[in-house]
Amino acid sequence: MSLAAHLPALQVVLPLLSAPLAVLLRHGGLAFAIVTAGAWSAFAAAIALWLQVGETGAISYHIGNWPPPWGIEYRVDRLASFILLLVAGTAAVVLPYSRASIAREIPRELHYLYYAMFGLCLAGLLGIVVTGDAFNIFVFLEISSLSTYVMIALGRDRRALAASYRYLIMGTIGATFFVIGIGFLYLMTGTLNLVDLAERMRSVESSRPVLAALAFITVGVSLKLALFPLHQWLPNAYTYAPSAVTAFLAATATKVSVYVLIRFWYSVFGETLIFHRLPLPQILLLLSLAAMFAASFTAIFQDNLKRLFAYSSVGQIGYITLGMSFDSVSGLTAAVVHLFNHGITKAAIFLLIGGLVVGLAKPDAHRDAPAGSRDAVPPAPTFDRLAGLAQRMPLTCFGIVVAGLSLIGVPGTAGFVGKWYLILAAMEKGQFWIVGAILLSSLLAVAYVWRFVEVAYFRSPPAGCARCEPPPGLLIPAWLLVGATVWFGLDTSVTLGTALDVARQLVKVGA
Amino acid sequence: MTALQLALGIPLVGAAAIALAHRRPNLREAATLSTAIALCAAVLQLLDPVLAGARPELTLLEILPGLAIAFRVEPLGMLFGLVAAGLWIVNSIYSIGYMRGNGEQHQTRFYVCFALSLGAALAIAFAANLLTLFLFYEVLTLLTYPLVTHAGTDKARAGGRTYLAVLMGTSILFLLPAVVYVWHAAGTTDFAAGGILPADMGRGAVAVLLALFMFGIGKAALMPFHRWLPAAMVAPTPVSALLHAVAVVKAGVFSVIKIVVYVFGLDALAGATDWLVALSGFTIVAASLVALHADNLKRRLAYSTVSQLSYVILAAAILAPLSLVGAALHIAAHAFGKITLFFAAGSIYTAAHKTEVSQLDGIGRRMPWTMAAFGIGALSMIGLPPAAGFVSKWYLVSGAMHQGAWLALLVVLLSTLLNAAYFLPIVYRAFFRPLSAEAVHHPHGEAPWPIVFALTLTAAGTLALFFFPEVPLALAQQLVQP
Amino acid sequence: MSGGLLEHFSHIVAVLLMVAGLHVVMARGNLIKKLVGLSIFQTSVYLLYIAPGKLIGGTAPILAPEYALYSNPLPHVLILTAIVVGVATLALGLALAVRIREAYGTIEEDEITAADNAVQDAEGAKP
Repeated sequence: MSLAAHLPALQVVLPLLSAPLAVLLRHGGLAFAIVTAGAWSAFAAAIALWLQVGETGAISYHIGNWPPPWGIEYRVDRLASFILLLVAGTAAVVLPYSRASIAREIPRELHYLYYAMFGLCLAGLLGIVVTGDAFNIFVFLEISSLSTYVMIALGRDRRALAASYRYLIMGTIGATFFVIGIGFLYLMTGTLNLVDLAERMRSVESSRPVLAALAFITVGVSLKLALFPLHQWLPNAYTYAPSAVTAFLAATATKVSVYVLIRFWYSVFGETLIFHRLPLPQILLLLSLAAMFAASFTAIFQDNLKRLFAYSSVGQIGYITLGMSFDSVSGLTAAVVHLFNHGITKAAIFLLIGGLVVGLAKPDAHRDAPAGSRDAVPPAPTFDRLAGLAQRMPLTCFGIVVAGLSLIGVPGTAGFVGKWYLILAAMEKGQFWIVGAILLSSLLAVAYVWRFVEVAYFRSPPAGCARCEPPPGLLIPAWLLVGATVWFGLDTSVTLGTALDVARQLVKVGA
Repeated sequence: MTALQLALGIPLVGAAAIALAHRRPNLREAATLSTAIALCAAVLQLLDPVLAGARPELTLLEILPGLAIAFRVEPLGMLFGLVAAGLWIVNSIYSIGYMRGNGEQHQTRFYVCFALSLGAALAIAFAANLLTLFLFYEVLTLLTYPLVTHAGTDKARAGGRTYLAVLMGTSILFLLPAVVYVWHAAGTTDFAAGGILPADMGRGAVAVLLALFMFGIGKAALMPFHRWLPAAMVAPTPVSALLHAVAVVKAGVFSVIKIVVYVFGLDALAGATDWLVALSGFTIVAASLVALHADNLKRRLAYSTVSQLSYVILAAAILAPLSLVGAALHIAAHAFGKITLFFAAGSIYTAAHKTEVSQLDGIGRRMPWTMAAFGIGALSMIGLPPAAGFVSKWYLVSGAMHQGAWLALLVVLLSTLLNAAYFLPIVYRAFFRPLSAEAVHHPHGEAPWPIVFALTLTAAGTLALFFFPEVPLALAQQLVQP
Repeated sequence: MSGGLLEHFSHIVAVLLMVAGLHVVMARGNLIKKLVGLSIFQTSVYLLYIAPGKLIGGTAPILAPEYALYSNPLPHVLILTAIVVGVATLALGLALAVRIREAYGTIEEDEITAADNAVQDAEGAKP
């Protein structure tokens, strides 16, 4: 078999191998090189897979040549290949950024461990997406989660430790719930292969263990994807993690969990059970609306820019789950396309904020060191430090504004596409009050984005402050993503084309 | 390259050139002027084909399946594009005089945003579908925001906040759902003569959709969403002149006409616009009353604009072909008249540093050119010959009579009186009152020559539109008889 | 699905452990105790998986004529993986607790929250 035939396995194996190699090398620079090579080749594999799936349809790969359902199957369909693009693409951009970023945030002797954790996390996330085996999902989920906890704990503020611990508790409960659900399904059907599971499910669909499994899986995954009100772990974890980690997690971790939920709801349990026999769509609708309003509203009043955008993430996840709750082609299209677009938008924002923190920490940039805090702590991006920032870091600030416009959903940015389909989906269902709710919550986004604009552009900077744009090693990757945010708002053939295909394949009962 | 590609591309190239020349003011201003001239030439290239019945088209990227960023030049867009591109040349001359005369900061940012705003206005003018129109409508809002808040003071920030809140808020809350609903109901958003809505659409749905559009286009300043226009007067005068007399507000009323004619179609709206006639009539009168009491000259002009914009909405809401011709003509007529008035206000501020109407006693003897031009602009606002405003008002009134819209006629009559009441005293003060004691000790002459030259040009244009209205008239008539 | 309490004995034990573990995680403020609870919670899942796979009198699946009754080996294998994951989680959690103790001087959750809030207030109050 040629190399191309093994792409689904290579997709996971390459970054997975890079991690132990990085540990063995025990050298920051070499570890960086090898993990980056792993991530880039994973990205290349993801592109190749996306093209291949677009031509031939879903690819089934049998690990060790054991045919499913006996062996483990890797299965890449349109949706999976799309998420692979997002995860591997973000990693490919964030890793070069890490090089310049963590030098200021993590002690030198720990660098190689950071890269190892990054490689593991990437492998785990990619593994969740490609695997067609339910228990395998759990294993990959824990691989990615454990490495995530470590990466968050690497943040320099001591609050990063507490945030990481809380995330560990919540995340482990979520993953354990998930594995309980899988256990029930296995007891009822005797299989772990997702395709096989879906077929055997028909005969036991309404039995009580299956309903229990559904409940455990849904709650477990919802914890990981930070569905309101299970989002408590997210704001602190995003705020205190190293910048590169925040950007990577915001773009991928919650999004992959959404993918798992879509997979289980649509492919395993089936639309009829989820959307017609149970009140799940109504519950999801209400929780999504609560997220869109409560989290966005909380975001407006945050003092720390990173935390502001962390809450914004919770709100934006509300849009994604709202799209799922409609059970229609337009709705699922909105969810899938917004998942991708919001991922790159948020990654861009958090990368820029990382640069901003570095700029603020330059010795000549601020004269008054924050009193009373540990000297090693870099200045938090709180609003009082951002006054007049646009004069000191014009590129960084403008980038945040552009990405912020995408959060609002201004046409011409990526965020608009998802919002358009979300509104369309609500109209198709004739639920105009939801249309109103979507639009009103967009105004909340205007409020929190403009709070930044007014502080950065209109307050005068403290006297004697020089221009302190972050180094190009931080700016270029961030601006790559900002460019992508605009590009995917104008040319949607890749994103929207894929999302529409996915939705048409998955939605069979709903209109 | 086609003329259409040029017309849309030149502002972008120009903006880049202006940005590159930011260290050399002379080169930068030369870039601004030559961009404006090149743009006007490109737009003029389009005129003859359009008059002859051609409709140049251009399709760019496909944003959503079946929904591309596409452009198609039709008569109304041609008229708007011509006015905006033509007046930009004059405005550039004026800007150079004004920005240098007042020693403003951040001039490069100013010229770049200006060029890009013009590009967005032209993209709105030539938009072939609602999505393109909506896209550039939002882009125009965002690009003009730095211009409005140019001064960077707290007052500018507060004004900018109102500006953005009203324009963004209305467009997100009302315009966006209206656009999506048209797509949902009609399966297309391409503008087409006679409307695109399905014939079986209920009257209630049509009424709601019309309301969403009318309030969603906040740039048309229909009450109660007019507050942004006076707020935007914190901007430097050239911005107020070109953007808030020509490009931005005209983009608003242009969109109104375009949507009434090409999305709804006159027949589909029959009987559904009574409330709009009443509301635009109310806006006309109420804004005039506010203007009557405003002492700040730019504030008075701003409320006059609010009132004049509703003329266009009123003319469209009457649904008579003749009044639509009037609406289209009024876009051009009001543009020339109002830009003259703003130029004059800026001229007074630059030369005499005066902003209030009550300070203008006897100023006409020191600034005869400025105040004469102001007089011509005022005539056009009132709608008296020999100024352009007369022509458009003539068509509006003819259409209203034809349709038997007596309420509209009453409003026009009343507002003509009110217009006279708040413009003529200024002219009277300037020429016939003696100079105040304070002013005698602060001698000043006319403003710098680029300013005087520019406002003379636009005043002459206002007169020319009265005597030679053929080209705009031909375009406006093509709008109703395709 | 008939049968007495005894027939579901393993399930009942699993559920009891599950609830007890979760309760400890939520109700205790001590970071170590929380981890103990988490481990008990995870252990209950091991039981949930393995118990149904075991047949009384069954053996490992060895292909030989003298063995006719097999236990299902798959749950054992799965849970072996889950145990590894659980141990890793516990180790990481304990390591974090050690680091938290170094940074905060305490492993009581409410004291950590209080310390964090104090810092946050100080940051917010800064002009």
